[in-house]
Amino acid sequence: MNTPLLDVRALNKRFGGVVATDGVDLQVRSREIHALIGPNGAGKTSLVAQLAGQLASDSGQVHFDGADITRLVAHQRARRGLVRSFQITRLLKSLSVLDNLAFAVQATQARVFAAWRPVRDEQTLFERARELLARLGLAHKADSRIDQLSHGEQRALEVGMTLASRPRLVLLDEPLAGMGAQESQSMTRLIESLRQDCAVLLIEHDVNAVFRLADRVSVLVSGRIIASGTPDAVRNHAGAIAAYLGDAQDAI
Amino acid sequence: MSTNRIAVLAALVAALAVPWLLHALGADFYLSFASRIVVFAIAATSLNLLLGYGGMVSLGHTAFFGLGAYATGILLSEGVQSAGAHLVVTLAVVAIAALVIGAISLRTRGVYFIMITLAFAQMLFYLANSIKQYGGDEGLTVRVRSLLPFGLDLRDAATLYYTALALLALALLLLARFVPSRLGRAVLALRDDELRAEALGLPTFKVKLVIFVIAGVLAGVAGALNVNLQGYVSPSQLHWTQSGTLMVMVILGGVGTVWGGVLGAAALLLLQEVLSAYTRHWGFWTGWVLLAVVLFARQGLAGIAAQGFEKLKRSSP
Repeated sequence: MNTPLLDVRALNKRFGGVVATDGVDLQVRSREIHALIGPNGAGKTSLVAQLAGQLASDSGQVHFDGADITRLVAHQRARRGLVRSFQITRLLKSLSVLDNLAFAVQATQARVFAAWRPVRDEQTLFERARELLARLGLAHKADSRIDQLSHGEQRALEVGMTLASRPRLVLLDEPLAGMGAQESQSMTRLIESLRQDCAVLLIEHDVNAVFRLADRVSVLVSGRIIASGTPDAVRNHAGAIAAYLGDAQDAI
Repeated sequence: MSTNRIAVLAALVAALAVPWLLHALGADFYLSFASRIVVFAIAATSLNLLLGYGGMVSLGHTAFFGLGAYATGILLSEGVQSAGAHLVVTLAVVAIAALVIGAISLRTRGVYFIMITLAFAQMLFYLANSIKQYGGDEGLTVRVRSLLPFGLDLRDAATLYYTALALLALALLLLARFVPSRLGRAVLALRDDELRAEALGLPTFKVKLVIFVIAGVLAGVAGALNVNLQGYVSPSQLHWTQSGTLMVMVILGGVGTVWGGVLGAAALLLLQEVLSAYTRHWGFWTGWVLLAVVLFARQGLAGIAAQGFEKLKRSSP
């Protein structure tokens, strides 16, 4: 527990005159669910893109699993076990539900350029995809097209895609966004179950869900982490209440 | 045997019988037209790999067709007739050009990618125009043809036809195997959503570059065949309107279908041949056909054919 799985130090990003990320320090430990909350425009989306390797940082370092990954791009980070999901569902519309997951399994493997054998013949790959499908509760939708899934099912698949390659850490970008009560409950159960598999950095607006799920919580306001600790500690943190939780709790 | 296999086999038998059939009808002069269809089927198939499967809309694809034609044409004009040498040099020249052009162009997307591939093709077009030694703007005429092993000479119309047909069959076989393979899935994934594919761990730039080079090399092979067919290569084969023609073939035949390039090349060249017998404005009528396909059959002729086979299957279980 001494060295964190993800160790972010003094990370910065500005777009012209706008500061998106302002000296962020953040640690995520193995097998913990770490929530990142903050008001709209706090810079959560930029931070996720920086951590996943889609957005280059201006300065600062990102260490993952003991190695400096600051200069690695997204696919290299994914191959090291750091995979993100998206706030707006991004699934592959030409492929069936099962094939989406099968692609997610193959995406981090070697043999990128294998172009002769039909992928459907690869049993181990599809065993893994079917196992995930069952876990997401989508076994009966294996051959469906993406647009035949409900919003909740698409969101579940969105999260499932990140798990396919057995990552060490997943960044879940607002997995509960736009969900009804029931869908929200099954998603919460899914996220809770991830503790057996990997660490989770959960970016979420739903404060109730966050405090129920998270082992630790960090609050991001105007690109800075203003509070970080256990849910109880953060709930009583004066700065966090003033900046975000006060409004959020009133709204509930 | 499945309906699809029967159809493929029938197409193969029909294609093999073409020289014999034309001879029986006393219409041997049409054999070079049949070869033209096969050569352009290879070129259109290569663009379909890039555009239809890879989602990389290039307006400079004919640059590789033209480079292949010039590579082989220049060797022929210098008296080098060995088909093996032609193949090696053509592949090397086109692969290197595609690697360089791809490595630069693929850093851009969408309209910028279209424009930068167009720009590279136009650069090569003007380069070909300016090389007086090899014909300049008048083009390069070659008097001899490639010599294959076993004393086969591409000067013979039937030999050329069967050589082109063999290469087309090989290209289609590789494409059909590629589509459901790991690489085929990866290419579909990055066409659907590049950001997602990359986030899942796919080295998208490398994959796109490999597809770009393979498509370029295949177009180069078609170009090398074309100089043997016509005995002539001119800068106009590098002009961007030629890329447009290949694109029309792909759209007509079926974007992202194995048979799209073949059907599109055959349909466009046949339309051109038949209509030009009646009117100078064949392009006008071809335009209407293209419009109808785009509006009513998004998967082109290959899509219509596939629907036909589906109906056949259902009516005869």
